[in-house]
Amino acid sequence: MADVTAAPPPMIDLSGNRRRIVKERAIRIFFLTAGVSSLVISVAIVATLVGKSVEFLTHIDLADLWTQPHRWAPRVGKYDLATLFVGSLLVTAVAMLVATPLGLGAAIYLAEYARPRVRRILKPILEMLAGIPSIVLGFFAVQWLGPEIVQRVSSEADAFSLAAAGLGVGLLVTPLVASVSEDAMRAVPDSLREASYGLGARKITTVTRIVFPAAISGIVAALILAASRAIGETMIVALAAGSIGDANYTTDVFGVGTTITAAMAQLAVGTDKVAAGGGQGAGQAYNSLFFLGLLLFFVTLLLNLVGELFVRRVREKY
Amino acid sequence: MASADIAITREITVDRALRGRRIDVAAIVFQTFLLLCLLTCLFFILILVATVLSDGWPVIQDRGTDFLTSDLSRFDEKAGVAQGIFGSLALAVLVVLVAFPLGIATSVYLEEYARDSWLTRLVRLNIRNLAGVPSVVYGLLGLAVFVQILGTNRGEGGGLTGGRTIIAGGLTLAVLVLPVVIITSSEAIRAVPQSLREGGYGVGATKWEVTRRLVLPNAFAGILTGTVLSLSRALGETAPLILVGAFYGTFFTTGDASVGDRLQTTYTALPMVVFQWSTDAKTEFNTELAAAAIIVLLAVTLFANLAAVLLRNRYEKKW
Repeated sequence: MADVTAAPPPMIDLSGNRRRIVKERAIRIFFLTAGVSSLVISVAIVATLVGKSVEFLTHIDLADLWTQPHRWAPRVGKYDLATLFVGSLLVTAVAMLVATPLGLGAAIYLAEYARPRVRRILKPILEMLAGIPSIVLGFFAVQWLGPEIVQRVSSEADAFSLAAAGLGVGLLVTPLVASVSEDAMRAVPDSLREASYGLGARKITTVTRIVFPAAISGIVAALILAASRAIGETMIVALAAGSIGDANYTTDVFGVGTTITAAMAQLAVGTDKVAAGGGQGAGQAYNSLFFLGLLLFFVTLLLNLVGELFVRRVREKY
Repeated sequence: MASADIAITREITVDRALRGRRIDVAAIVFQTFLLLCLLTCLFFILILVATVLSDGWPVIQDRGTDFLTSDLSRFDEKAGVAQGIFGSLALAVLVVLVAFPLGIATSVYLEEYARDSWLTRLVRLNIRNLAGVPSVVYGLLGLAVFVQILGTNRGEGGGLTGGRTIIAGGLTLAVLVLPVVIITSSEAIRAVPQSLREGGYGVGATKWEVTRRLVLPNAFAGILTGTVLSLSRALGETAPLILVGAFYGTFFTTGDASVGDRLQTTYTALPMVVFQWSTDAKTEFNTELAAAAIIVLLAVTLFANLAAVLLRNRYEKKW
């Protein structure tokens, strides 16, 4: 027995095939590079926006950002932010007034009432709506929502108006409200519903008093994300709100106006001409694009982060 | 006697309460309201389609393929969408070539290779945020980076992208859809059951071998669906193209320039054509031709969506 233990065990190389290891490492680095490339995009976005915004702010008279009377006319050096902010606020408000009931109603129906078969038929309605390009909704807002809805609601409404744009944006964000809040309500465990029925509650009571409050973080998230999308929507407003380049300050939703995004699109039409305007004084119109982009970027980023926080709360709870 | 009466009355009351004979008006109103919300969405879609078809179909009917093969023109009876179709196809090819490999590689990294480190968490957070950045901001990025820095001479040509060209536009759209590609591909990869990977490791495969032979083939359907849907989104984007300088005006000539030359010069795309015609002063343009161009645009995006659904059904696996 003693000589068995005395014989040293044969050395086995467990490190594996060298070529395979090297290849494996190279592939790992390749994928890591791809993964990090998305960070480069963010850095590039922030760097461009901040760089050109600084250039913009140092070349203009800061009083031009808040003109009296309020007027957005970048080509003559009037960069009034109040005009754009109020415009964005009005369009987003109208959009949310449309999307909140439509989206939430659809979500509650799909999550709580629809049988699986009905759901398979009805759910694609929202997916279809989500698949329509925004430029098409813009055309629809000009051709139908404006004359057939807005001008019927208010006889004093213009042919192009912030309200028509808002309605179009509302339709655009309805699927987003519906899908995020439906997910939130489906995440509510059935035990809660069963407990409610066990106490003798009706379906309507269970839905409105148990499921809805339990999913409220997700529903708030849906609304915040939708508002963020509404603020960032460009083409519907550029087509339907009626301003072409310049805009006067207005608080009238039934009037012509513009938003941060639409102002950018209209200023950028033919960027070559804007860029050719040069670098000084009124020629800062080109750089003002980046300043507006920076404002937009931060507003939507803030809303998205807050929305994300609420979504995470739903996930952690259940 | 009295106690028996009470017993009977109680029996009837209890019976009624249990059966819930009473018509619950509130519940019916509530449920109808919910269904109406969905049907309102359907109503708007139908009106939209009806508006577009009634405005645009006559043009397509009268002109037929002539509308599809004609260039932009200042005369409404001659204007067509050929340049728009060419531009959209070229943009789509660029998105497929740039965004798909990069996006899928990123999701493979995140799902298969990345350890749970601060860098991984940062990348994930960053991608979610990028998905929420408005498309017009991507246009600014494209304008500053792809048109001006990579195309030298303030976008007047030369450089890597040649300034205001389809290449710059395509790269911009590729960056725009990248986060969506990553998110959908990641979901598809995550859906592949862990037991499959463990089986691979069990027979001595390396990480790459497991990824290539087991994970990617099984996640293929999901990845394909997600990427095709993101392509259809890219095809409908207008705002970024305006910023990176797609053509906006009455007409431009393409003549018989070769495809290579056309990548280097003025270009347009279907949504740009819709935008341009919608903002024209003449009804022939802003209603009829714009609607006809929308029909073509919707047909293209619908085709992409349909392809996604068919591919999913063809390759879908149930675990």
